[in-house]
Amino acid sequence: MFSLAFMRNAYLAGTFIAIICGTIGVFVIARNLSFLTHTLSEIGFAGAAFGIFMGWTALSGMLIFTVISSVIVGQMSVKQSRREASISAISALFIGLGILFLSLSNQTSSYATSILFGSVIGIAAGDVLRVAVLSGIVLLVMLALYRPLKFDSFDAIGARVSGLWTTAISVVFLVLVAMSVSVAAQIVGSLLIFILLTLPAAAARYFVHTVSKMIGVSILFAIVGVWLGLYLGYVTNLPVSFFIAAIECVFYFTALGYQRLHVGS
Amino acid sequence: MTAPLIAVQHLGIAFPNNQVFKDLNFEIQRGDFVTVIGENGVGKTTLIRALLGMLKPTSGQIKYFPSKKAIKVGYVPQFRNLDQEYPLTIEDFVSLNMRGWRPWLSKAEHRQVDTALRVTNVKKIKQRPLGMASGGEKQRAYLAQAIVQAPQLLILDESTASLDNEMKYELLDLVQNLNQTSHITVLFITHDLPLAKQYAKHYLALRPGQQEFGAMAGMSVEQLKEVSDV
Repeated sequence: MFSLAFMRNAYLAGTFIAIICGTIGVFVIARNLSFLTHTLSEIGFAGAAFGIFMGWTALSGMLIFTVISSVIVGQMSVKQSRREASISAISALFIGLGILFLSLSNQTSSYATSILFGSVIGIAAGDVLRVAVLSGIVLLVMLALYRPLKFDSFDAIGARVSGLWTTAISVVFLVLVAMSVSVAAQIVGSLLIFILLTLPAAAARYFVHTVSKMIGVSILFAIVGVWLGLYLGYVTNLPVSFFIAAIECVFYFTALGYQRLHVGS
Repeated sequence: MTAPLIAVQHLGIAFPNNQVFKDLNFEIQRGDFVTVIGENGVGKTTLIRALLGMLKPTSGQIKYFPSKKAIKVGYVPQFRNLDQEYPLTIEDFVSLNMRGWRPWLSKAEHRQVDTALRVTNVKKIKQRPLGMASGGEKQRAYLAQAIVQAPQLLILDESTASLDNEMKYELLDLVQNLNQTSHITVLFITHDLPLAKQYAKHYLALRPGQQEFGAMAGMSVEQLKEVSDV
């Protein structure tokens, strides 16, 4: 399997993706932003289509769209009551835009499916490098912001009264999420991105109870899902995204079962 | 112990259509234990927000000694909706309030967290997820988080409201102990007049349009009731 260049690339890129998604997912879950990552993945689809329409790489289009819109969504949804509706409106608009740009760029529907569902074969060495660099940036910013981000994510009220610059943290965090979405789309596709951004972290919180351990376990779940998914996809010639989704769901439901056995609730 | 920590002078705070305070005056001395009593909606939380600098006074001023920056404030908020699935252990929750840039805690910082856990009596259960802790344990964990940075001023915003009688006194005993041994100045907001009477040294009674600041000694619960309208 590893004699094939594209499989080596897929494993390398997949590992980076699993690491940043596992890490950032812990904070996505703590901040109740699962729904937003779903929207960002749709926005990512529109961005990718736009990138292709402009003759750029899909990744550049995604980055531009997701980063800009995450900041806008963040500003719009400060009020909790308005959050869901405004996110729905934006996601509807962007799916429409994605379809528009795809049709304008005269690409076939196979292009659309590879954006939506990811494509392992499409990953070249240059893509791996881009994924690695972006992952590095995301991780470095996270490390630099670790304590304030942790405080704001796990105890927003405490962080605010202690005078932390919580608005700035939210905006930076949304940009990080947007970058992770764009990166992760390479493998699992924009439609299934939120799987890696939410499920490993959501499962991890039932097994361990400190932020650092949650990050560790969440990365582990993400990596196992990606590696095993790639392997099964290779062996069976079925879509990798399906396997990754199924594996992460197994982790999540196992975690729920474990919680039920453990505390009876 | 007569050095002032905070002086509120001619403070006025108004929202559109609502004048909350007009000419509010009082002084909090270092090491004092002040209770703020008054009906709901009279502006207790507004006052705290002004003291914390989250709200700009419309008139008058709040003076901090020696300076606002030099005073660290620990705050135990009234509401914190942490549900049963809240994942962090009590220890990790308390250490959220440790500042600094290093992702992990240094040895000295670990000791600081340990001290906060010990004096609030949650050291034994520090590995328990906070979501699984009882109401009283949660309040003690909040208290531990508020004092982990060794603040000069500790503000408790109706922290006993959700607790049963026994737990209330347990929590306030801890706070009193901190007040006496570490000389933390305490500002305790409550509805509970007997509790205020038992622990506070001074009271600030707020009523719409007027206020009264005075020593607790010699006040009966009935008299407190009269001045605060509670």
